[in-house]
Amino acid sequence: MKIKYLKLDKVEGPLIVLSGVKHAAYDEIVDIEVGSGQHKKGRVVQIDRDKVVIQVFESTAGMALNNTSVAFTGRPMQIPLSKGILGRVFNGIGEAIDGAGFYSDCKYEIVGRPINPVGRKYPRDYIQTGVSSIDGLTTLIRGQKLPIFSGDGLPHNELAAQIVKQAKLSKRGKADSKEDNFAIVFAAMGIKHDEAEFFKKQFEAAGVLNRVVMYLNLADEPIVERITTPRCALTAAEHLAFEHDMHILVIMTNMTSYCEALREISSAREEVPSRKGYPGYLYSDLASLYERAGMTKTSKGSITQIPILTMPNDDIAHPVPDLTGFITEGQIILSRELYQRNINPPINVLPSLSRLMKDGIGEGFTREDHPDVANQTFSSYSHVKEVRALAQVIGEDDISELDKKYMEFGRQFEQRLVSQGFEVNRSIEQTLDMMWQLLTYLPKEELNRLKPELTEKYYKG
Amino acid sequence: MDAIKGRIIFINGPVVKAENADSFKMREMVQIGRRKLIGEVISIENDIATIQVYEETTGLECGEEVISTGKPLSVKLGPGIIGNIFDGIERPLLKLYETGTAFIPEGIGMLSIDQDKLWEVNITVKIGDQLEPGSIYAEVRESSLIVHKLMVPPNQRGKVVFTEKLGSYNIEHTVVTLNDGADFYELKLYQEWPVRIPRPAAKRKPIQQPLITGQRVIDTFFPIAKGGTAAIPGGFGTGKTITQHQLAKWSDADIIVYVGCGERGNEITEVLEDFPEIVDPKSGKSLMERTVLIANTSNMPVAAREASIYTGITIAEYYRDMGYDIAIMADSTSRWAEALREISGRLEEMPAEEGYPAYLPSRLAQFYERAAEVVALSGQEGSVTIIGAVSPAGGDFSEPVTQNTKRVVSSFLALDKNLAYSRHYPAINWLNSYSGYIADLRDWYSDNVAPEMLELRVKLLKLLQEENKLLEIVKLVGEDILPDDQRLILEIARVIKNGYLQQNAYHKDDANVSLVKQYRMLKVIDRLFERAMEAVKNGVPIATVKGNDLFYKITTMKYNVPEDRLDILDALINEIDSFYDSLKCRYGKGECKL
Ligand SMILES: Nc1ncnc2c1ncn2[C@@H]1O[C@H](COP(=O)(O)OP(=O)(O)O)[C@@H](O)[C@H]1O
Ligand SMILES: [Mg+2]
Repeated sequence: MKIKYLKLDKVEGPLIVLSGVKHAAYDEIVDIEVGSGQHKKGRVVQIDRDKVVIQVFESTAGMALNNTSVAFTGRPMQIPLSKGILGRVFNGIGEAIDGAGFYSDCKYEIVGRPINPVGRKYPRDYIQTGVSSIDGLTTLIRGQKLPIFSGDGLPHNELAAQIVKQAKLSKRGKADSKEDNFAIVFAAMGIKHDEAEFFKKQFEAAGVLNRVVMYLNLADEPIVERITTPRCALTAAEHLAFEHDMHILVIMTNMTSYCEALREISSAREEVPSRKGYPGYLYSDLASLYERAGMTKTSKGSITQIPILTMPNDDIAHPVPDLTGFITEGQIILSRELYQRNINPPINVLPSLSRLMKDGIGEGFTREDHPDVANQTFSSYSHVKEVRALAQVIGEDDISELDKKYMEFGRQFEQRLVSQGFEVNRSIEQTLDMMWQLLTYLPKEELNRLKPELTEKYYKG
Repeated sequence: MDAIKGRIIFINGPVVKAENADSFKMREMVQIGRRKLIGEVISIENDIATIQVYEETTGLECGEEVISTGKPLSVKLGPGIIGNIFDGIERPLLKLYETGTAFIPEGIGMLSIDQDKLWEVNITVKIGDQLEPGSIYAEVRESSLIVHKLMVPPNQRGKVVFTEKLGSYNIEHTVVTLNDGADFYELKLYQEWPVRIPRPAAKRKPIQQPLITGQRVIDTFFPIAKGGTAAIPGGFGTGKTITQHQLAKWSDADIIVYVGCGERGNEITEVLEDFPEIVDPKSGKSLMERTVLIANTSNMPVAAREASIYTGITIAEYYRDMGYDIAIMADSTSRWAEALREISGRLEEMPAEEGYPAYLPSRLAQFYERAAEVVALSGQEGSVTIIGAVSPAGGDFSEPVTQNTKRVVSSFLALDKNLAYSRHYPAINWLNSYSGYIADLRDWYSDNVAPEMLELRVKLLKLLQEENKLLEIVKLVGEDILPDDQRLILEIARVIKNGYLQQNAYHKDDANVSLVKQYRMLKVIDRLFERAMEAVKNGVPIATVKGNDLFYKITTMKYNVPEDRLDILDALINEIDSFYDSLKCRYGKGECKL
């Protein structure tokens, strides 16, 4: 056992400083004892000669310079893991909080190692979510990181739950997959109790509760643990995916709260801020989470991530959505305007994007016409937006005949394809057929994104 | 000489400080702690050195040793680079993977190009020859496309006093020895070069030829020059990476150095999976035979990300010196700038704009300055073209990295969010992109494509600018109210946008288009414009002028004309002529040929 240090120099926000320390290791975990017997954990975040700065998990409330002792463990943060985590609930530092203990001999460092690009397998298998605007236009691929960009009060939880309920996570009928080789890892950062409850109920309703692992750090829980929550969750996901060959869907919500926690701690450390007070390393920090999605050549499993974030002020240029979009493989964007018009799920397809879609759709994956018909739909629908702007100025009666067709196409597209509700589950064929039907509202000459032979075959205008 | 040893006194992320380090040198490479992590000295004050560490510092303790290596951060340059993939400081990722894990292990140490592999060496000098810096002394076939020329390092010269006999050797083997009267120099199959110092050349040459990319909007409208610089700025999802991949696939460079700097792991994996399968149209060989990947993805240590673009450019310069044309893509230079910012922040340096250090503009300028077409010391002529992606925060081009890059590059390919939203790819905005190379390349286009090519370029660009003005009016009053000649401009602009500027990266006949085909397509569009305008002027109503599916046919010609069937384009011109000739007959103006 290492020496205990009995006196602090300083307590400030989530940080404590102590001096006279010998042999502290960067990033190591410390055990902090407050008063008589209350234990907390902390992590070494800076060492300056014998002076050590420690970030305390849980809160520093009740700590005084002389009632606190610190013992160094000599190793970075680890959590125990085994397949037994399925169905269990943990807090943000990986301690079971569902009433039973959790033991495993295998402990894992939560920081994880970067995947070697050579060791990755490029994701190409699509996941049918049953949601047309996703399957048709922003296709989700197994092993992808595809966030939902939402706003306060928008139904991102409902959409995430719909995906969980409807997604065909494991490939039926393939030799290497059994029905039970999928699981859901749920990481909650700073969300409210009722949101967490909502998800629990949805998992229950979908009959998957015993395949869900939860790591919860709710709104009233310590912000320092908000930083470790997704790391514990992703370490668990990696364990299940890469050691037990399972297909894992990771839902991480809310990334905005996560980033705010990071900002709060950074400012307590008096670091140089970059945009909007967020630390300069926000990009690298987010990347260290999002890049843990994917597939490897050395296992059969996969980690698909659906992080959820709320855009402050619905502003997509805010650092949290902006940096996320630069790292993730696309984004699904919810629109307040559609939501107010009662179109659900209110997915704004134009700025939404799935970067992995191009390699996971089309012949041999979904259907031969998928790339072109998606491309054409985007193009035509983006023209709808221009026509609507014009119609607002000169009135819908005075726009050209062609533009009227675009207006109708736009209406039908939103009412029929986008607005499917949170309960309806559509097959990919249904979605693609509907996209062709919608395009028949437009004359063939307008459809210049389609290869002529596909128009020939599918356009029944 | 014993290595100098310092002691760690401070640790904060990738930045550590060591005392007792007064004889460390600036920019010297050091080994840190028991695990011998690699780092670089970035400042020295009194006896304290500040060091950026290229690996994770987790577990490091105060008091651990820092050992000098006596040399600046360098890379090994020799056969084994082409077709390979390295991290930001040239450690071989393929080899690391072959140790049996998909993850990057800790404490890798100073691995570099393969030391065991044997190369058949063809020595091209004989005893008694006087060799100068840059002289070629041997050749190795490195890949089916690349003959690797071994050159005397820039600081050595002398008479050949030893040559190894014909055979296969590993890179550590001495194959030639020089004597300059005082010292002996043992020349192996590699040399080392400090990454932050540009390799010398005999002479810089003026820009004179384009880097042909096969991408219409670039080659026709905003060309990049061999030895020149280009930036591709754009918010997320606008197409920086795909554009870079397209350039890596189809550019007519001899060698591609692709630097994945702080971006996604999967994008590198994609290159690794796709490139070996893609056949270079020029050579008929796999693209991987001419490609080098440097991958320091966003989740890999940030200091090595900062080094990665220097590692890339140094490798590029080395092959340039052999007489090759190199194109280097850096995706994304913004992540490199952010790495600078992150380290600067940890050093508590005074930030300038948006937290970036004050030396950002000069570092950017120094990097792009390493692009050039040169006469190398070897006498060979080669070039390095730099194409950097820029990722502006919030997609706002007024931010410091975009602005400072704009000042130093000559081709600026501005990606546009709205074009990307409507899936107009490549989403290069034709109104605010530019190329500063038009004047330099005029003769080349004229001699190698057609004297008319650049005139057509100007003409069509004007049309697009005209369209932009008209669209402002259309937004307010609708299209129907415009006179027919203006409506025709809108129609033709649509053909240019959908049928020419837009290019499908995933269509077999559209992904890569030769300059000749580009020119002939331009001619088709121009003919359509001229004849249609003539008809409009003669009073033919616009609906009739558009024909039944003539415009549609021309818009989709890009899908229907393989490179070996350019005659189809002539047929289209005939079709245009006969259609408008027949209109002439019907509308009874002008003479009727029928
Ligand atoms: N030239 C292109 N052809 C077809 N699709 C493209 C093209 N450029 C971009 N895309 C689409 O846009 C997506 C984002 O492009 P990408 O280059 O990854 O953006 P960025 O690097 O700017 O974030 C791609 O996944 C692809 O779907
Ligand atoms: Mg990119």
